[in-house]
Amino acid sequence: MTCAEAFQAYALRSLGIGERALPQGDITLCEQFVLIGSGMIWNVYFGVLALCFGFFFSVFLAISKASPRRLVRKPAEWFIFLFRGSPLFIQFFMAYELFVMLPRLGVEFEIFGLAIEAETRWLARAWLGALIVLFLNTSAYAAEIFYGALQAVPKGDTEAADAYGLTGWKKFRRITFPTTMRLAWPAYTNEAIFMFHATALVYFSSFPAFQQRGDALYYATYFADRTFNPFIPYPIVAIYFVMLTLVIITIFNLINNRLNRHLPQDTRRRLRIRPNLIR
Amino acid sequence: MFEFCADPSSLDGVRWFSCYLTNGVHMLFYQSFLTVFTLLAIAAPLSLAFGFAAATASRARFLPARILGKGYTSMVRGVPDIVFFLFFVLVLDQGIEFIRHSITCPDWDQPIRQGANFLVCDAARTPQGNAPQWVHEGYNFGLAIFTYAIVFGAFCGNVLYGAMGAVPKPQIETAAAYGMSQRQVFWRVVVPQMWVYALPGLSNIWMILIKATPLLFLLGIEDIVYWAREIGGSRNSRFAYPHPDWRFWYFLGLLVFYLGFTRVSEIVLARVTRRLTRGQATAGGEAMRKAAT
Repeated sequence: MTCAEAFQAYALRSLGIGERALPQGDITLCEQFVLIGSGMIWNVYFGVLALCFGFFFSVFLAISKASPRRLVRKPAEWFIFLFRGSPLFIQFFMAYELFVMLPRLGVEFEIFGLAIEAETRWLARAWLGALIVLFLNTSAYAAEIFYGALQAVPKGDTEAADAYGLTGWKKFRRITFPTTMRLAWPAYTNEAIFMFHATALVYFSSFPAFQQRGDALYYATYFADRTFNPFIPYPIVAIYFVMLTLVIITIFNLINNRLNRHLPQDTRRRLRIRPNLIR
Repeated sequence: MFEFCADPSSLDGVRWFSCYLTNGVHMLFYQSFLTVFTLLAIAAPLSLAFGFAAATASRARFLPARILGKGYTSMVRGVPDIVFFLFFVLVLDQGIEFIRHSITCPDWDQPIRQGANFLVCDAARTPQGNAPQWVHEGYNFGLAIFTYAIVFGAFCGNVLYGAMGAVPKPQIETAAAYGMSQRQVFWRVVVPQMWVYALPGLSNIWMILIKATPLLFLLGIEDIVYWAREIGGSRNSRFAYPHPDWRFWYFLGLLVFYLGFTRVSEIVLARVTRRLTRGQATAGGEAMRKAAT
């Protein structure tokens, strides 16, 4: 199979488009590159959506955690502890069992007389179920980062806001929130990178790959099992992830520059990337 | 376990559970917690040693050593570690077999990679095909531990390298002024003082190591995740203790176990930090000094 053919057959295989059977027998390098790249679509999908939704929820959580009211603070603290204190792997397993169990127990929501049975079935699929877990997980981690930054907002900033007569929502929107973002951004960039790395776990946890539509690591393991040669598929995954990491760093760097655009060029906080930890 | 467990079908309520939770498979399940602790007990010091070696190598004057150390510590950046876990276990396994193969069967003329097969001579099979079951399990577990040590060693190397650089320069210059050799400065001044700077990073890695232990399951070890899945799955009346699908509850148990373990670690590490901060030239040490007077 030539490279062009392999691309046609497998470029969108992870979405169920193209050749149905995965490569077998003599597996070419092209097939491995294309199919693993096709799996990356899922990694990007999970990472981007979880981060986008997670950002808003984590800001909300961080503010709740900083609240002086016990009733608001405690749930946020517990939520963060729950998701940061336990392995993501176990969270995936638990969520899957829960999502499989829910319909069986007969939990049916009725909204406007419309029974949502189909929705609970979707929960057991990776595209929704795993996304929910990743969303909650990244929210907890990012919330802790934003909480730390919220605590580190310089006293002078808020006092100046008071002096200008800014209060409540306006003060938060104009002063506290931008400074929080500025302080938290380098750490949040690391979190985003972890997040994308964590997506590699999705198909290794309980979520089954429906019709062999999996992510990059799923296909890499498939090849490693078939060829019994780990030296090709895993480095390919590594290359893809390094490229993805570089893209993330570039995007977050642009946002970082925008956040710090009022500062002179040479005093801007540089992004220090230390993406080396797992969750 | 208890006498009344002789006939499980006649039991109910609390008694049924007390028998159920102490039957044979559950004992194996409880033992598998030991597997996790064993892994942590061996992998943690081993990765610290790897990290120390890597950090020392990265600081060396000798260029190849520096490249090796830096290359190793930066290897883990940018790539999910699950890839490394899966990769290294296979590579180590094949590497060991290949080395033994080159030693034991020098006159083997066929290629080792034949299409999709990795073929070595029988004498080089590790472990031997006729070895007892525990040797196979022990070998796999050893490979897993070594893999953890390699990956987490790189993390530790990163942290220790930073910590060595964070030791105040005047301290090192003073030691040099007293006529200590490079080696003495390193062992008597840098190493004793670096721990307080390394501790936040190392405790972070410890937490991450705890949370990485369920990945053992992916490496084919019969750990707690394996048994939770195994026992939790639904059992019909053929079994002594039939029950529906309880995997969710088993995983909930594991979740609570990990949360508790994390919490205990946090408390212990806070104490260790206090102990190591004492008398150090850091903000924390200064605060303790002020509090004491």
